[in-house]
Amino acid sequence: MAGLMKPSVLRTGGMILPAVLFIGVFFLIPLALMGYVSVQERGEFGSVAWGTFTLEAYERFFFERDFLDDSLVLNADYAQIFVRTFLLSIGTTVLCLVIAFPTALYMAMQPPATRNWLIFLVTIPFWTNLLVRNYAWILLLRNGGLIDGWFGALGLSSGPLNLLYTDFSLAVGLTYSFLPFMVLPIYASLEKLDFRLVEAAYDLGADKWRALRHVIVPFAMPGIAAGCVLVFIPCLGSYVTPELLGGGKRLMIGSLIQNQFGSSRNWPFGSALSFALLALVLVTMMLYLLRYRSAPQVAK
Amino acid sequence: MSRASSLRNFPGTRLGAGLFFVYLYIPICILIWLSFNANRSATIWTGFTLDWYGVVLSNKDILRAAANSLIVAVVASVAATLMAIPAAIGMANRKFRGQSAISAVIALPLLVPEIVTAVATLLFFVLVGIPNGLLTVILAHTVFCIPFAYLPIRARLEGMDPRLAEAAADLYATPWASFRRITLPLLWPGILSGLMLAFIISLDDFVITFFVAGAGATTLPVYIYGMIRIGVTPEVNAISAFMLLISILFVSISYLIGRSRN
Repeated sequence: MAGLMKPSVLRTGGMILPAVLFIGVFFLIPLALMGYVSVQERGEFGSVAWGTFTLEAYERFFFERDFLDDSLVLNADYAQIFVRTFLLSIGTTVLCLVIAFPTALYMAMQPPATRNWLIFLVTIPFWTNLLVRNYAWILLLRNGGLIDGWFGALGLSSGPLNLLYTDFSLAVGLTYSFLPFMVLPIYASLEKLDFRLVEAAYDLGADKWRALRHVIVPFAMPGIAAGCVLVFIPCLGSYVTPELLGGGKRLMIGSLIQNQFGSSRNWPFGSALSFALLALVLVTMMLYLLRYRSAPQVAK
Repeated sequence: MSRASSLRNFPGTRLGAGLFFVYLYIPICILIWLSFNANRSATIWTGFTLDWYGVVLSNKDILRAAANSLIVAVVASVAATLMAIPAAIGMANRKFRGQSAISAVIALPLLVPEIVTAVATLLFFVLVGIPNGLLTVILAHTVFCIPFAYLPIRARLEGMDPRLAEAAADLYATPWASFRRITLPLLWPGILSGLMLAFIISLDDFVITFFVAGAGATTLPVYIYGMIRIGVTPEVNAISAFMLLISILFVSISYLIGRSRN
């Protein structure tokens, strides 16, 4: 009976094909092309010398060529930007977790009607423009901006606080940008918690802190892990926030890549940087899938 | 207060959640508030005005950018949804080898950092020889709209009873009639939410557009970015607040539609 209902292999293939073909042509081929460009020599006017082969772009991560004798000299400037981006992303993830966990717990403990409202409030920023939300922080943080004004009015400061274009403003902006991605998965796992488990812990003499540590947090672990991945990955590749709130001197990988396609005009190096970033993201995702899902079921 | 509710109350979480929502909404509220500020200095409040919205709405470049944004978002989200519907149904219809690999391919644009996608797409268009313009923006947007359109439809199919389609077949409905009369109406909320999600994501996209849009294909976010780089002005406040309000309105409506259905 059910066998009769199954459409033919051909038809199923034909239904799936357009979407997969489109992604294949306009996404997978470009990614492969990017990998190819990363091992090409740099062309004369900043473009690409097609058909050549060199690992120069990857050498540049750690070395630079001496102008005089063409020898390789150790230069960790670019590697440092990678490390910096990595550390900032970890810091942001931790900050998001610290803020998001109590919020998600509070939300999960509310009656259903209140929960729905709170979820709605958390999702609104996801739907609004990232650029605009980061711009709002410029209004708050810049010299002569609102926070400066408030501190001045309260007599807590004299003169500008120089908050904008620092690691502080960058951390505030990154946390702000990705916070909903942490709250929602943690909430989703806590929502499924059978509260009788917690009550059982109380009955066995646990206080709230112990119930939290031994029942609630372990139960929320899949949500916490998902949230961490969902914050960490976009953070690694963030471009808008470092550009607007970090200022030109606070480089992250995203801005460095953009520079190679803009003013520096070194496409192979830009491609190599993108490829390294992509590898970092995929490794993170693999680690997550290995630990929390037996099989890769991305579409769920 | 009952025993159950006091047990559910974890000390500090109420305060934490309160601070969280303040943190989340203060910048948004302040931006909207300042967009009505009469003062030229953009952050010192002197009085209420709608003038800046007038200035923005009479700026030809902004209107052109807004029109570009709308064209791209409509074409990309509709095209993506039209490809996502058969793909989701095909994936739900049968199990086959390599299915999880295809799932991964469809979801991959969500995973790869935008800046990487932007660079790769730019290189591709340069090599193939398609000049940067509205076409390249639409093609690039359609790629990342596909998973946003696909996932809600797939989720909706997951919850659907396969016996409904079987019953239709028992009553001699052709596959097409059963699709049109049974599957499509049941799938409609998923299709609609996928379409809206794809539309708003396309409308808001900045990074990928910034790389593949030529001079003639500036969208609203790219234009706003250019304005922000020049400086903080009341015009930027107004156009930014305008974008925020449209998004909030949009998501509120979709939320209310979803609620009335339940």
